[in-house]
Amino acid sequence: MTDVSNPLTQRLEGPAPVMEVAKDLIRRTALVAPVLIVIGAIFWQSAGAASVAYAIAIVMVNFLLAACLLAWAGRISFAAMGGAAMFGFLLRLGLIFLAVLVVKDAEWVEMLPLGLTLIVAHLGILFWEMRYISGTLAHPGLKPTAKLPIHTSSSESNHETTGAA
Amino acid sequence: MSIAVLAAEALTGDEVKAAAAAEGAGFAYGLAAIGPGIGIGYLVGQAVQAMARQPESAGQVQTTMFLGVAFTEALALIGFVVFILLKFA
Repeated sequence: MTDVSNPLTQRLEGPAPVMEVAKDLIRRTALVAPVLIVIGAIFWQSAGAASVAYAIAIVMVNFLLAACLLAWAGRISFAAMGGAAMFGFLLRLGLIFLAVLVVKDAEWVEMLPLGLTLIVAHLGILFWEMRYISGTLAHPGLKPTAKLPIHTSSSESNHETTGAA
Repeated sequence: MSIAVLAAEALTGDEVKAAAAAEGAGFAYGLAAIGPGIGIGYLVGQAVQAMARQPESAGQVQTTMFLGVAFTEALALIGFVVFILLKFA
């Protein structure tokens, strides 16, 4: 039960906007993945393509894990969310390290494209996503897009007609 | 006394280079993680404070915090990439 006397024990109710943002980040990463893989293949052949694909997968999992941790901890309390953000940073760095350590001796891995893709994909996707972040009270996650129902003059006139009838 | 100096007394050539690279890689990763650690700590502290003060804007603050953490984490990733290039490449 939420203790209203202590604001730190309050929790986030309803859908977490951070998951919406993370899903959009992953969608955008998937959109640019083929281009990055082709660039990797051009400069480092098949090993480069595989390394770039692996790095992109790491970036996607990293975003998703960060959002899942925040959303999960947000349902417990704001203080737990702060803890999850801090220890999540440590956890995710460790997981990225493990992910690279596991494949470092594999034949299909080139370290330079893998490392470059980690940085470029991570930062590039984040800067791209910034264009679509709303950050308002009405839309705490993404900006409302054209997919949302739009009230046109014809629909309004239909309402009026129905109301008149 | 650093590992590289100790190694130079007993080892030569490639082994000294490998030891120095390992030392540099360790410093790169370790030092590169300190800055983002401080940054994320500050960011999260301020975000939690903002949520506690205005719970109705918690969703908005959570989104901003998520993006801030991701941007700050990029600094640690740069240090990590330097580490893997020095150590494994």
